[in-house]
Amino acid sequence: MTSLTAALRSKTVGDLALPRIGGLGTVSLITAALVVAPIGAVVWNIFLPSEATWAHLISTVLPEYVANTFLLLVLVAAGVVTCGVLTAWLVTAYEFPGRGVLEWALVLPMAIPAYVMAYAYTDWLQTSGPVQGLLREVTGWQVREYWFPEIRSLPGAAIMLSFALYPYVYLLARTAFLEQSRSSYEAAQLAGYGAWGRFWHVSLPLARTGIVAGVALALMETLADFGTVSYFAVNTFTAGIYRAWLSLGDSVAAGQLATCLLVFVFAMLALERMHRGSARYTSNRTPIAQQVLGGVKGMGAFALCAAPIVLGFVTPAAILLRLALTDPQVQFGSRISGLITNTFILAGIAAVAAVIVAMLLAYAARTVKSPLVQAANRLAVLGYALPGAVIAVGILLPLGKLDNALIAWIYQQFGVRTGLILTGSVTALVYAYLVRFLAVAFQTVEAGLTRVTPSMDDAARSLGLSPGRTLVRVHLPIMRSSVATAALLVFVDVLKELPATFAMRPFNFDTLAVEAYNLAKDERIAEAALPALLIVIIALLPLVLLSRQIAHSSQRRRSETVAVGLQLPS
Amino acid sequence: MQSRVSQSCLAIVAVVFALLSSAIFAGSGWAQEKVMNLYTARHYATDEAFYSGFTKLTGIKLNRIEGGEDALFERIKAEGAASPADVFLTVDVARLWRAEQAGIFAPLKSELLAKRIPAHFRDPNGHWFGFSSRVRVIAYDRRKVSPGDVARYEQLADTKWKREICTRASSHPYNLSLISSMILHLGENKAREWARGVAANLARPPRGGDTDQLKAVEVGECSIALSNHYYYVRLMRSTKPEDRALVEKVHILWPNQNDRGAHVNISGGGVLKNAPHRDAAVKFIEYLASDQAQALFANGNNEWPAVKGIKLANPELEKFGQFRTDNLSLASLGKTQGAAQKLADQVGWK
Repeated sequence: MTSLTAALRSKTVGDLALPRIGGLGTVSLITAALVVAPIGAVVWNIFLPSEATWAHLISTVLPEYVANTFLLLVLVAAGVVTCGVLTAWLVTAYEFPGRGVLEWALVLPMAIPAYVMAYAYTDWLQTSGPVQGLLREVTGWQVREYWFPEIRSLPGAAIMLSFALYPYVYLLARTAFLEQSRSSYEAAQLAGYGAWGRFWHVSLPLARTGIVAGVALALMETLADFGTVSYFAVNTFTAGIYRAWLSLGDSVAAGQLATCLLVFVFAMLALERMHRGSARYTSNRTPIAQQVLGGVKGMGAFALCAAPIVLGFVTPAAILLRLALTDPQVQFGSRISGLITNTFILAGIAAVAAVIVAMLLAYAARTVKSPLVQAANRLAVLGYALPGAVIAVGILLPLGKLDNALIAWIYQQFGVRTGLILTGSVTALVYAYLVRFLAVAFQTVEAGLTRVTPSMDDAARSLGLSPGRTLVRVHLPIMRSSVATAALLVFVDVLKELPATFAMRPFNFDTLAVEAYNLAKDERIAEAALPALLIVIIALLPLVLLSRQIAHSSQRRRSETVAVGLQLPS
Repeated sequence: MQSRVSQSCLAIVAVVFALLSSAIFAGSGWAQEKVMNLYTARHYATDEAFYSGFTKLTGIKLNRIEGGEDALFERIKAEGAASPADVFLTVDVARLWRAEQAGIFAPLKSELLAKRIPAHFRDPNGHWFGFSSRVRVIAYDRRKVSPGDVARYEQLADTKWKREICTRASSHPYNLSLISSMILHLGENKAREWARGVAANLARPPRGGDTDQLKAVEVGECSIALSNHYYYVRLMRSTKPEDRALVEKVHILWPNQNDRGAHVNISGGGVLKNAPHRDAAVKFIEYLASDQAQALFANGNNEWPAVKGIKLANPELEKFGQFRTDNLSLASLGKTQGAAQKLADQVGWK
């Protein structure tokens, strides 16, 4: 192993007069390269000639795709900021009835995939659904005689995605608010600002970086979404990628469109980093004193915080439960328990793998101050904005070639014919999850690592600890909560992931998400309700753990601030 | 110092790979026993009886991956020569055609199949075979629409149906295949005028699946819808009162009975070129054409068996009796699909 890295080091950097990046740097570069490779396979398409698809797309539907995508991003950004920031501010700055419960319950909508929320709300709100049926019964109106908001529309998709994604902003904004000091707040009070003014002029600007990071994550998820927009027939850019690939049968044009999407995301992230600039606000660790809200104000705060939970979690879960209970076709049985086991296996392996890779990259970025390593890390998280199916294709093509080469080599060496070693097993699928969700793990772990100050390293070293022991004895204990958070978030994400699982799973290996989608695709929404509900229930387990951590950090906030959630790399 | 960290990192990576590869041999489907590996885009309640029937008959164990039609296709292409898949089953003839064009199927000469599957339901060179058929029907509100006014697909473009028609997105294969058949029968220009007329008559932007269009007719959002027949039959067979009520209000008809017949699509598949178990694959394909399998395969989704004269235990389907279907060679439909999508985009049928 050591000789391997040494060889790599001398080959890649030793002779080239580049800054030395060491063994750790090399390993991290190789890992990052592996994660970037499928993205590269997609980008490679821009060098290939495409048929007339582009001209056709530009002259017909592409302008609409771009406009829709832009509008969707704006609406989702507005939605997640409104839900996430407002609630985070209320639970950190005020004390009101029910606050303790709401503080952790606000992450619950994360348990429901946006596409499942879309299934549930559509069934409930469409013209033939129970809500409008009741409305007609009560008022005596006829269809087309009244106006009712259409859930299957661009605003409808924005609402679904906002509910599903605001917890990202909530988690980050809440952490940012918790980290703010009392002194700046009191200064604003002395300067004559009211409660609103203090929020608007002091707390919000100070929390800006956290909020922007959360919005960036939510928007990347929005760009990657296919399940919701396709169900609502909203033609976004991602829908265009699918149309080029599946309806027009032009995978090259699809890859080129996906590359456009990536360039946009890269620009968005660069903008986010520029905007952040060198803004680093340090403060003494005396958090804002919570103001007690009673009476009507307390009730108002309660209602504002409860609304996203009711609409983003309780209502869709109740709709699914009703569907599952009233459908005669729904069956519990050995099939369902098999699905649950498979789901756990995949999400568990992916969570562990993602955390290990994320730690490797984050650690390398910290110890090796090389622009090369930094840039590689920057690219490695891009997969988060790619639709799962695009990643699946990006992986299947090169890995399929590798598999075939591997089989030929093994046959040559050992005379044994094996099957597909990588793409025939869960390996390729876990790889896809890494490409897709590394951003979540990396940013969480890196945020945790920033709390380990260089002086701690120096102290450890002066006490004679090797870097390895420093990692185990100093860094890990401090980072434990971040590492746990990263693992839980990836677990939940993989649990909900659909397109890559759908395309890449091995034989006889269905998951809950696959089952739910298979049934919903076949327009058997009621039967799809049970597996969908089970996804929600399983996702609740890690989220409850996460929530306990949140409650814990809230208690400790007077002594130490614990970063729960994600932070874009600084 | 540095190298110790890298050593431990490498060790971690090694452990991960060991973990992952331990999962490799589970279910990779290349054991030496008698097996057949199936990639299928179908997923129905009768699957168990259908698959275990094959195992009982032949002693061959079935491994399967149920997936999206197009994702499975991409996967087979990517896996290349080492693909473990023996048979690929999918729905929609354009997908079968595209799979054949990509060269993933191996031609199969089988007297049994040639005898049992009608010629227009299979590839002339034996790359793929259709095993069940689905009909694109016109559903209508029987209080508002007289069946004679919507008896042909062509009539859906009539300006009198302004804001009365519901359909799913044009990019869906079921609509693309219908548009393709219009191109083949009417020529591209007339088909474009037809699609323009339909798009202009839509009561709302296309959204949802076929069942959603039927429900929209029931509540009065529109009075005419396009749907595949089995979504309607599923509602006919449902015990839920709301589904029964829909069947009361919304009726379906077989279009173009006095000329070319109703538009038909198929679900089917073929033996793959790189099939590691070709003999088993051929057995499976032939099993699909057997009386027992035909009944289960078609009944699972309320479709019609491709083989003539199969007795279905499906009174609702049988109630429809005989009707005329379009005998257009399905192979030619697949070829036209790209043109159909472009045509729909041009006339603004979303």
